[in-house]
Amino acid sequence: MTDWSPIFISMKTASLSILITFFIGLIVAWGIVKIKNDTTKIVLDGIFTLPIVLPPTVVGFFLLYIFGVRGPIGKFFLDFFALKIVFSWPATVIAAVVMSFPLMYRSARGAFEQVDSNLLDAGRTLGMSEWKIFWKVLFANALPGIVSGGILAYARGLGEFGATAMLAGNIAGQTRTLPMAVYSEVAAGNMGEAFNYVIVIIFISFIAIFIMDYFTIRKEKQWR
Amino acid sequence: MKNKLLKVNIQKKLKEFDLEVDFELKKGCLGILGPSGCGKSMTLKSIAGIINPDKGVVSLTADEETVYFDSDKRINLKPQKRNVGYLFQNYALFPNMTVEENIAVGLPKNHDPKEVSDMIRRFHLEGLEKRYPRQLSGGQQQRVALARILAYGPDVILLDEPFSAMDTYLKEQLRIELVNSLKDFDGFSVLVTHDRDEAFQFCDELIILDEGKIIAKGHTHEVFENPKKVEVARLTGCKNISEIEVIDDYHIKSLKWGLELETSEKISPNITHIGIRAHDFHPAQKDDVNAFDTENAALLEMPFEWEITLANGLWWKCEKQMREHEFVIPKYLRIDPKNIILLEE
Repeated sequence: MTDWSPIFISMKTASLSILITFFIGLIVAWGIVKIKNDTTKIVLDGIFTLPIVLPPTVVGFFLLYIFGVRGPIGKFFLDFFALKIVFSWPATVIAAVVMSFPLMYRSARGAFEQVDSNLLDAGRTLGMSEWKIFWKVLFANALPGIVSGGILAYARGLGEFGATAMLAGNIAGQTRTLPMAVYSEVAAGNMGEAFNYVIVIIFISFIAIFIMDYFTIRKEKQWR
Repeated sequence: MKNKLLKVNIQKKLKEFDLEVDFELKKGCLGILGPSGCGKSMTLKSIAGIINPDKGVVSLTADEETVYFDSDKRINLKPQKRNVGYLFQNYALFPNMTVEENIAVGLPKNHDPKEVSDMIRRFHLEGLEKRYPRQLSGGQQQRVALARILAYGPDVILLDEPFSAMDTYLKEQLRIELVNSLKDFDGFSVLVTHDRDEAFQFCDELIILDEGKIIAKGHTHEVFENPKKVEVARLTGCKNISEIEVIDDYHIKSLKWGLELETSEKISPNITHIGIRAHDFHPAQKDDVNAFDTENAALLEMPFEWEITLANGLWWKCEKQMREHEFVIPKYLRIDPKNIILLEE
């Protein structure tokens, strides 16, 4: 009998993490675009991009250091909320967010930089508030790039393995996501079970890409 | 009622030069003419509040005085609060919004839909309400951009090289359209351009800007008729400019063309150059004042003009009819002494 819990855990983790990544990625990208000082820009960009360059286990090592029971954040949560983050479900979300963030951030930043800055100035001289300019002009015109960043980040979050293994472990029914389940089944010699999970992953990934691509293409066709 | 006044006096340090612009406009349209990269657009953007000058004052008096920017009093109004319309070179229409939505963007949320439909009618955009900017021609885009600005009801309209990226035919058509659209506008407008025809056509007052400094200022006709400075003469389209050697109070020698010429105006000591407009030559007899021979001239045919380059380097432009293709260069040409423009370096 196949255990379906990895599917639900993965869906939950990927969905929550993309929500977090999407908005934080947008805000950080906008912040970086606005920075005028080149050195600051390069340093911050380096820090935010690091997770895709480093081996996932190294990122996991740092996360363990920060969120572990003796780490600064981990200790805070344990002392004040009696919450242990490591080896719990929230840890899978943290790992997925950190690992997928650079993809979202970089795509959004590229998309923002492509938008003609005259459009923003035009909005300002027409009395639009900065908030309205951000959503109706910048975000709306950068949407295709932002959506493709979102797809990549979602797929990255769904497939996250190394950092998750380090921070969340591989506890069946709690932190065992689909990629973990594939690994565990193969390690136990159950190729058939692993195959079922593989099919599910491919299916979910494809649907996600299809929906978002369809949406972008339709929206773009409308303007052109 | 107070008089209307737009006051600009700004300084800004730039990489290549320092921008120093100072002018007052009481009514109508001001032109800022200058080569590209002279600080023209910078000036417009400072008025709009898109760029901040380092020092100075920008203020507008309509019914009462509104200070847009004052470095001493630390006032710097946001572009949103300045009530200034900016026509960008590429129009900056929002590609994700329809014509209607673009026009309504500057209006308050609860605006009367009639305001938008009025603008659509005024700018002949009926039937295009639901189109996106990319589906419009250049002329239609310009009209939408103007409708969007005028719907917002600005006190000042800033025009940033509105025709620079267009072919000649479209340019001429859009110039006429723009003149018509702005006819009913009773605020100030400032046009930035590197095209002397545009400046001449649109503007009552003219400023000529070079490397961030104002080198000429005044009524447009006056600046064109009496440019005073070499750079101004060049920018207002004077084709023939030469360094001179003064012979006496009314005679000079051109070092470039090797001609001795008589002037109608007395030559003051600070005059270093003269200019002659390409249309100011006339056929002559050998002994006329300021006559010279035209040996070895080269002839170039344009649709409505002959362009003649003389051996000494002078340019002469002579009107012609479309159907005429033969031209005999007169043996002698002369320059009326009053058409010799005296210039300072």
